Amino acid sequence: MVKSTGTSNLTRSNRNWIRGYSIAALVMFITYQYLLPWEGLPLGIYDGINKWMPPAALNESLVYVIMALGLNIIVGYAGLLDLGYVAFWAIGGYCAGWFMSEFFYFLNINFFGSVPAESPGIHINFWLVLLIGGLVCAFFGALIGAPTLRLKSDYLALVTLGFGEIIPQVFFNGEDFFGFNISNGTKGIVRVDPIPAGVKNLGPFDFGWKLLLFIFLAAVMVFISLRLRRGRLGRAWLAVREDELAASMMGVPLMRTKLAAYAIGAFSGGLGGVAFATHVDGVYAERFNFAISIFLVAMVVLGGMGNVWGVILGAFVLSWVNGNGLAAFGSVYNETFGTSIDFTSFTFLLFGLVLILMMLFKREGFVPESRMKLLMHESELDEEESVEKKKKVGR
Amino acid sequence: MQFKGTRGQIRKQKIETTGAIIVGALLTLWIIANIIESPVQFSQAAIAGLRNGLIYALIALGYTLVYGIIELINFAHGDLFMLGAVFSSFFITYWIGADQSNGFGWFAFGLCLVAVMIFGAVINVLIERFAYRKLRHAPRLSALITAVGISFILQFIGLKWNGSTPRQWPTIIPSGDIYIGEVRISLLTIQLFLIGLPLLFGLNYLVTNTKQGKAMRSVSQDKDASTLMGINVNKTIAFTFAIGGAMAGAAGLLYQQSIGTTNYNLGFQLGLIAFTSAVLGGIGNLWGAVIGGLLIGLIQGLNDGAPIGFGQAWSQTVVFAVLIIILVFKPAGILGKVTTEKV
Repeated sequence: MVKSTGTSNLTRSNRNWIRGYSIAALVMFITYQYLLPWEGLPLGIYDGINKWMPPAALNESLVYVIMALGLNIIVGYAGLLDLGYVAFWAIGGYCAGWFMSEFFYFLNINFFGSVPAESPGIHINFWLVLLIGGLVCAFFGALIGAPTLRLKSDYLALVTLGFGEIIPQVFFNGEDFFGFNISNGTKGIVRVDPIPAGVKNLGPFDFGWKLLLFIFLAAVMVFISLRLRRGRLGRAWLAVREDELAASMMGVPLMRTKLAAYAIGAFSGGLGGVAFATHVDGVYAERFNFAISIFLVAMVVLGGMGNVWGVILGAFVLSWVNGNGLAAFGSVYNETFGTSIDFTSFTFLLFGLVLILMMLFKREGFVPESRMKLLMHESELDEEESVEKKKKVGR
Repeated sequence: MQFKGTRGQIRKQKIETTGAIIVGALLTLWIIANIIESPVQFSQAAIAGLRNGLIYALIALGYTLVYGIIELINFAHGDLFMLGAVFSSFFITYWIGADQSNGFGWFAFGLCLVAVMIFGAVINVLIERFAYRKLRHAPRLSALITAVGISFILQFIGLKWNGSTPRQWPTIIPSGDIYIGEVRISLLTIQLFLIGLPLLFGLNYLVTNTKQGKAMRSVSQDKDASTLMGINVNKTIAFTFAIGGAMAGAAGLLYQQSIGTTNYNLGFQLGLIAFTSAVLGGIGNLWGAVIGGLLIGLIQGLNDGAPIGFGQAWSQTVVFAVLIIILVFKPAGILGKVTTEKV
C-alpha cells in the first residue's frame, strides 16, 4: 500500500476537534449548571433561555445526537438504509428499565447500584447498564442483520422497518408476553435509578450535570466514528457504500463489514436508549414509534451523511424544531402580530417541505462530506468528469 | 449434465425451498387447526380478512406499479389512499349530501368513485411531476427521503382537512347479512368485491392488452431502449402514477364506505401493510400484488378473529413477521421472477 503523505495531517485534524468540542461543552455546561440558577442573571436572558432552549429540551436533543451518530455509521458510512432504528432505542430503554428500577420487584439484586441495598428490583450501576444496553443492542443489530444482509438495499430497509415495528409492539403488548410481564405494557416503567456520579446521584432534574454526561456520551460516539472512519473497517464501509461489487472483488468481506456497521450503530442506539430512560425517568412504550426512525434518518440525511459534524447539526436542529423551537417561534410570532396561529400543527408541512426541497436542491446535506457530495451527484456527471473529480478529492 | 447455477445459487435455492416448505406447512397446520376448532368462526374471520385484503390489494397495486417502473418505494402512497378516503367522505356526505342507502346514495357512490379516482390520479401525477421526476437519476436514498417528505405533506393536508381526531361518517352501501349455513356474510363484503374486482380486471386489461400498457412494460424494462422505440418515457411514467393514484383513490372510497371512519394518520399503517402485500406477491407483478393483498388480509383476519391466533394486539407483528420471513427466504415474492444481479 502506498503510504499517504497526508497521514500526519489527517491524524492531527482528527484530534483537533477535541479542543473545540470541550470548549463548547464547557460553555453549555456552565450556562445551564451555574448561570441559569444564578440570581444575578438578568431576567430577560433567563426567560430567553428557558423559552428557546430549556434544559430538558437541550438534553433531549443530545440524546438524539447520540442516536443519530449511531445511525450515521449504518446509513452514512456503510450506506445501508435502516428504517427501524427506533427498535434499538426501545431495547436500550428497556435495558435501563429492567436493570435500574424496581420493575422486577420480586428480585433483589444490587450491583454497585445507586439505591439502598435492601430496595427490591434489579439495581445495577448506571455505567454498567450503559454498557449492557449497548451490547444487547449490538447483539440484536447483528441478529437482525445476519439473515437479511444478503438482500438488496430496498429490501433491507423493509426488513429493518419490520423489526422497527415489531419490537416496539412487543414492548407495547409486553404486559402479557406468553404469560410474563416484560415491559409493564402501556403503563410503562416509571422511575429508574439516579445516575451515580462520584459524590452525588443525578436524579431526573439534575439537568446541568446530565447535560455534561450526555455531551460526554456524544463525544464517545464522535470519537468512535472518527477513528473507525479512518481505520480499515471504515474504509471497507465506504467501499461497500460506493460499490458493493467492486468492494467484494477487492477482498472486502461483505457480510462481516455490514454486520459490524449494524452492531456498532445499534450499540449507540443502546447508549441513547439508556440515556433517554434516565432523562425522562422511565420507559414508556408509546414513545417508540416509526416516526422516530424516520426522524433520525432525516437528521442524518439533512445534516450530511457520513459527516459527524453535519449529523450533530442535523440532529440538533431537527429535534429542536420538533420539540421546542417551532412552539417558541409560534408564541413569539403570535404575540408580535396578534395572531393565533397554531404553529405546532404545521410540523408535518415544515418537515415535508424541508425534506423535499433539500433532496431536490442540496441532497448531500447541510454539512456534506466531500465524497458523499460527489456520490450524490455522480449520475449528473459523465464518466470522465467524475473520475477527475474523485482524483482531486482523494480519500 | 445440465447447468443449474453456481454452487451459491444452488444453495440459495435449497434454502428458499426448505424455508418455503416449512413456512407453508406451519401455515397449513394453523389453518387446519382453526377449521377443526370452529369452522363457522374460521369462515367468518376469513371473509372479514379477505374484505380488508381487497383494499390492501388495491393499494398494493399502486406500490407495485410504481416500483416496477422506477424502482421507488413510494412511501406517500398510503397517505394518498388516506386523502382518497377523506375526499370520498366529504364528497358523499357534504358536497352531494347523500347519507342513506337508496338510489340517490348509489348515484352519489358512482359519482364519487369516478371523482375520487380522478382526484387520486391528479395528485399522484403532480407528485411525480414536481418531486420524483427530478430525482430519477439520484441515488435511491434521496428519492426515498423525498417520498417520506411527500408523505408528511399529504398527512398535513389530511390533518387540516379531516381534523386531528378520527371522524365518523354515514355509509351509503346497504348493510345486512346473508347466511350460508351458519356462516354470516355481510352484504357489504359482497358489494365491495363486486365493485373492487372489476377494477382489478380492468387494470389488468389495461396493462396487458393496450398500447399504453405495453409502453409501461417496456419502460419498466429499459428506459433508454423505450425512448429509441419512440415511447415517451415521461408520459408513460406519469400515466403509471395516474393509474396507481386512481386505484388508491378507489381503495379510499371502499375503505371509507366499509369502515365508516377516517383519520389523518390512517394511511401510514395501511400503506405499510399494502407494501408488505406487494412484496409478498412479488413486487412489480400485478396479480402478485392482488394475491399478496388478499393473503395478508386473510392472515391478518384469521389472526384477529379465528379461535387460534395471537389476537388483534399482535396484528402488526404478524404482518411484519410475514414480511421478514418472505424477504429472508424468498425475496422475489410468490409470483416474482428471480433476478440475478447483473454486473
